[in-house]
Amino acid sequence: MEVAIAMAGTVEKERPRWLAGVIPYKTMGYWRPDYEPEDTDVLAAFRLTPQDMVDPEEAGAAVAGESSTATWTVVWTDRLTAHENYQGKCYKVVPVPNTNPPQYMAYIAYKLDLFEEGSVPNLTSSIIGNVFGFKALKALRLEDMRIPTQYVKTFQGPPHGIINEREMLNKYGRPLLGATIKPKLGLSPRNYGRVVYEALRGGLDFTKDDENINSQPFNRWRERSLYCIEAVRRSEEMTGEIKGHYINVTAATMEEMYRRAEFAKEIGSNIVMIDLTIGFTAMGSMSKWARENTLLLHLHRAGHATYTRQKTHGVNFRVLSTWCRLIGVDHIHAGTVVGKLEGDPKAIRGYYDRLREDFNPVDPERGFYFDQDWCHMPGIMPVASGGIHAGQMHQLLHYLGEDVVLQFGGGTIGHPMGVSAGAEANRLAVEAMIQARNEGRDYMKEGPDILKKAAKHSAALASALDVWGDITFDFQSTDTLDTVETPTASR
Amino acid sequence: MHVTQGTFSYLPALSEDEIKAQIQYGIDQGWAVAIEFTDDIHPRNVYWEMWGFPDFDAKDAAAGLFEVNRCREAYPSHYIRVTLYNPKLTKQTTGLQFIVNRPTNEPGFTLNRTEVNDRVIHYTLHPYASEKPHGERYQEGAYPDYHGN
Repeated sequence: MEVAIAMAGTVEKERPRWLAGVIPYKTMGYWRPDYEPEDTDVLAAFRLTPQDMVDPEEAGAAVAGESSTATWTVVWTDRLTAHENYQGKCYKVVPVPNTNPPQYMAYIAYKLDLFEEGSVPNLTSSIIGNVFGFKALKALRLEDMRIPTQYVKTFQGPPHGIINEREMLNKYGRPLLGATIKPKLGLSPRNYGRVVYEALRGGLDFTKDDENINSQPFNRWRERSLYCIEAVRRSEEMTGEIKGHYINVTAATMEEMYRRAEFAKEIGSNIVMIDLTIGFTAMGSMSKWARENTLLLHLHRAGHATYTRQKTHGVNFRVLSTWCRLIGVDHIHAGTVVGKLEGDPKAIRGYYDRLREDFNPVDPERGFYFDQDWCHMPGIMPVASGGIHAGQMHQLLHYLGEDVVLQFGGGTIGHPMGVSAGAEANRLAVEAMIQARNEGRDYMKEGPDILKKAAKHSAALASALDVWGDITFDFQSTDTLDTVETPTASR
Repeated sequence: MHVTQGTFSYLPALSEDEIKAQIQYGIDQGWAVAIEFTDDIHPRNVYWEMWGFPDFDAKDAAAGLFEVNRCREAYPSHYIRVTLYNPKLTKQTTGLQFIVNRPTNEPGFTLNRTEVNDRVIHYTLHPYASEKPHGERYQEGAYPDYHGN
C-alpha cells in the first residue's frame, strides 16, 4: 500500500520523483530495506504505532524523513545537495508481537554528517525534534540509540566518573550510601544541617538536597550551603572518613547556577547537584565547570517520567542515560527495582549497564537494540533513590551491583532511634552483605539471615529490620520489555 | 573514636579466617593483593607505606594472611589495610580495601575553623596523632582522652 501521509490514500502512483506536490516518504528515499548501516552511522530504534490507514513502512520512512531532511512535500532544493547522504534511512520495520493497535519497531540509520560534534542538544533536536507530534502516528517511542565511536569521541563524558569518584572518596568495593534530607521542603537551613550531620555521622557517605529545594524563602541557598558544609566537615572529624553533601545549585539562569556552584566550591564542598529540568545545554555547561573545578556533579532526573514512562510514547530512559553519559554527569538517578518508583528489574539493569559498562552488547533482556561501545569513556554512578531500606540490602545488591549510590531518605531519617541510628543500620547492612557475598554465600537466599546476624551487635539495625522488615513496593511495571525476536505478551 | 575508613569498619574486627576469605575473593577476581600501613590516618592521606610489592600473582589467600600477620608484628599499633587491586582495562583501580589493624587508642581528629568573610569558614581536619613525630604515635598513654572514650 503506497499512501502518502499528508493525503492518506489519494496520491497517484508512478509520478516523477521531483514533481512538485506530495509523495510517499518511502518513494522520497527514506525507506531503504537494502541499506546496510555503516559503523559510523548513528542508529535509532523507534516503536511506532501508526494511524489505522498508514502502512508501517511508510510510517518508518516518515519518521526517518522528519528526523532528518524531509518536509511534507517535495522541494527542488534537495537537488542542490547530495541528498541521499543526508536522508535518514529506515532500513528495517518489524511488527511487535501481540500488540493491538499494532506496533512496529523501525530501525533508522543517520549519517554522522548530520550532527554537530559534542552536542547532545543538536543530536536530540534532530532525533526527537519534530517527529513525536507527527499526526500520521498514534504514538512514537525512541527505544534505543547506537552512538558510533567516532561520535562518542567528540564528547568528554562524566567530569570524573566512577573510578575517580571512588579514589577521591577512598571508598571501594561496596555501594555508596546516601540520604535525601526530609522533609524536603520547610526545614530551616540550621535544622536542615542537623539532619545532614546526623546522617553522615551515623555512617552514610553522602546526603542530598532534593530536586525542588533550591532557594525558597524558608531556606535560602547560601545559608543552607554554610550549614551543610559545617555538618559535612564535623562528620568527617567524628569518623575520619570523607563525606559529602550534594548542594543543589539548580537556578533560573546559568549565571545564578555558576554563582551558587562557585560558592559551594569556596566553602569546600566536593560535590554539587543539578536537576534535569535545567536542560541539556545547561547540563553541558555545568559538566565543564565541574571538571575544571574538581567537584563531582550529581544529576537528579526531575521530570524524566513525563516522557520515559509510557511504553508506547516518549523516550526510553536508556536513551536518556546514553545522552547523559555523553553530556557528562557523575551521578544520575536511575531507579531502584524494589523501591516506590516505576521500574522493571531487567530494564533497570539495562539502564545501569548503559551508564556504567564500557561495552553494551545487543541484549533484548536488558533492552539493548544495538552494540554500544563507549571507547573507555568514564561511567556514571547510578543512584537508587525512593522507598528503599536496610532490610532490602540483599535485593539491592543483587539487582543493582556495587557501583551505585543507595539513597535511603525515609529509610534513614524515619528510623525510630533517630537519624544517626538509621544511617548506622544502612552502613552495617551493606557491609555485612558485601562480606557475605565475597565469602561466596548465596546472599539473595540467605539475605534476611545475614541481616539478622549482623543486627545482633547493632540495636540500630535490629530496630530498622523490626520497623520496615519486608516492606516492598510491588506493583506491575507500566513500562515492560518486549522484543520482536522474543515474543512476549504486551501489557 | 573509631575511624571508619575501609569497607568493613562497621563490622566487628575481622577474624583471620574472615580476612582470608576476603583476600581469596580478590584473588578469584584476578586482583593483586597489597598490604599498606600508616600512622597518619588523615582521610586525605592517600599514600600509605607499602608492605613490599603488591602480589600480582597471588594464588592462595594464606600467603596474604601471612604477610598481614608479619606486618602486624612489625607495626602493632599502626593502621594496616589490605588493598585488593584490579588491574584490568577500564578498571585499573582498587576493588576492595579494608582495615585489618588499628591502634587500641584512636585519638581521632579535631576540626580547625578559620573564620573568613561573610560567615564563611575554612576547615582543616587535624589528626591529634600528627602532633607526635612518626614512630612515637599511638603508644600507651601518648594521648589524653580527647573524646571521652
